[in-house]
Amino acid sequence: MNRIDRRFAALKEASRTGLIPFVTAGDPAPQGAVALMHALVAAGADVIELGVPFSDPMADGPVIQHASERAIARGVGLGDVLRWVGQFRQRDADTPVVLMGYLNPIEMHGYARFGQDAARAGVDGVLIVDCPLEESAVLEPLRVAGLRQILLAAPTTAPARMAQLCESAEGFLYYVSFAGITGAARLSTADIAARVAEVRTRAKAPVAVGFGVRDATSAKAIAGFADAVVIGSALVERLAGATEADEIATRAREFLAPIRKALDMP
Amino acid sequence: MPEIQDFHRWPDEHGRFGAYGGSYVAETLMAPLAELTEAYQRLRQDPDFLAELDSDLKYYVGRPSPIYHAERLSRHVGGARILLKREDLNHTGAHKINNTIGQALVARRMGKRRVIAETGAGQHGVASATVAARFGMQCVVYMGAVDIERQKINVYRMKLLGADVVPVTSGSRTLKDALNEAMRDWVTNVADTFYIIGTVAGPHPYPQMVRDFNAIVGREARAQMLERYGRLPDVLTACVGGGSNAIGLFHAFLNDAGVRIVGAEAAGEGIATGHHAASLAAGRPGVLHGNRTYVLCDDNGQITETHSVSAGLDYPGVGPEHAFLKDAGRAEYVGVTDDEALEAFHLLARTEGILAALESSHAVAQAMKLAREYPKDALVLCNLSGRGDKDVHTIAAREGVEV
Repeated sequence: MNRIDRRFAALKEASRTGLIPFVTAGDPAPQGAVALMHALVAAGADVIELGVPFSDPMADGPVIQHASERAIARGVGLGDVLRWVGQFRQRDADTPVVLMGYLNPIEMHGYARFGQDAARAGVDGVLIVDCPLEESAVLEPLRVAGLRQILLAAPTTAPARMAQLCESAEGFLYYVSFAGITGAARLSTADIAARVAEVRTRAKAPVAVGFGVRDATSAKAIAGFADAVVIGSALVERLAGATEADEIATRAREFLAPIRKALDMP
Repeated sequence: MPEIQDFHRWPDEHGRFGAYGGSYVAETLMAPLAELTEAYQRLRQDPDFLAELDSDLKYYVGRPSPIYHAERLSRHVGGARILLKREDLNHTGAHKINNTIGQALVARRMGKRRVIAETGAGQHGVASATVAARFGMQCVVYMGAVDIERQKINVYRMKLLGADVVPVTSGSRTLKDALNEAMRDWVTNVADTFYIIGTVAGPHPYPQMVRDFNAIVGREARAQMLERYGRLPDVLTACVGGGSNAIGLFHAFLNDAGVRIVGAEAAGEGIATGHHAASLAAGRPGVLHGNRTYVLCDDNGQITETHSVSAGLDYPGVGPEHAFLKDAGRAEYVGVTDDEALEAFHLLARTEGILAALESSHAVAQAMKLAREYPKDALVLCNLSGRGDKDVHTIAAREGVEV
């Protein structure tokens, strides 16, 4: 069983809402990358979303774009990301890791080779922002290697297409909570609640809601109707500027702890 | 790839030109793209829409543009006859208006009252601001802060036309950052906003739509050649950045197997130096800005910085149809350096009294090379895609002249 499926089964069993933090691999400092992943788990992460830096992150907001730029400036590439996941796996055999990024770095690595290398390193799924279902044929070697393709759904997704996404969902379905890019601050909770409820009854995988979640309050608001909450930009912003591995880990723990606590409150 | 007989049937219904094109975008863009695709596939066959477009191309843009025999330039080169398709004579001084007028008409038919665009050197921004004024639409142009500094005249021009120019301060503060920002705007304001893309790249249906609107260039040229010379040209050439003027000229001739087609990419300081923008000549297949095409990137898949003296060619990708034509062997793509383009610029100015855009000067340089390969009675048709008034400051600065 894939670690993602196992983790969501356990969450369901315990009636808990999953917490999925996103960080850009190698930001704010490459030397703290692996320690940061462990810190996220210690602070209550159920799944780690690890951003693969890309030079042209079309669908991301400025915060994650800047994180990507900083990582690239320090020479971080897909090879480093896979190496860090491998190192993380030496001490953590259970926490699922999803790589989030864009197609071109994987294409240059080679799909078959990437599938093998990622599975060997201990990656469990990929969320490729610019590879919608319609273009996913190229990802077949990743599926063969056992990686889940995490699909996105949006409030603007048309009904027929939503049915298709629900049918094809594996690992978890990532519902973006407003029609926009990552990190923008607009969120009508009631709206999302109704739509996500609908999607959850039809999707063949749990539904994680993300985009625009900034703190314990906004996370808690989503927890009532989602299987998991994704937090990205706000965390990346909080980590920016830290240089030492210890400081990075401390900031991550301090940021996530109240959110974890809020999610776990009945 | 099996031999292709009919090049006019591409893209397929998924927006693919063979292995290239497609829609590599985030889920949030799928709905607006589907809406646009549906509207455009309907409009491109709508006689009312096409008549409206034709009328504006004739009375507002000033079409048809003539084909001019550059006799003194041809004689100077000493080979085949060089013919220039004078897109520089269009309203606003380049082929860009063929596309922006078409997209603005699509926007209007879709009930969108706000148009947005991104621009590097400012040419597409000016062409977008122009048609927005023409149709009474609100216009927002995203432009990198660095480019705004470099292209003050065009920024002011856009403002005179009533557009808001929004400086983009993220990343390298140039074209690609402006593009990201325009995408963000579109996704956020899709209900009333139309995104005018300026080249034959991006997700489906843009490569098809922008090509269709520029294909008037080749359709006219083909008829003009038959009328004036009684035959088709031996070889076509045009500059290729994103590739809209080139596909515009090439498309009508793609099924004419006897017509050779050569695209001129920006080789900058020379392809061997790494400082260039020759995606087809020196890049590899990849995925960028919503489509599969040839891109310039490193082994990690990071898109690399490009260089060209001409801002309009300074782009690390290229339209997917060009990638397709390259692989199919239907068109050749070669590099023209900054120096070669500048030399062609000066030569054309002095022999013909035409100041060509730096982009188009790459095509002129390539036409000169081709003319030398062919006998005197051969015909080389070169797309003079834009006029060079916008570039005089760049040229003066490069040559150490104070204006």
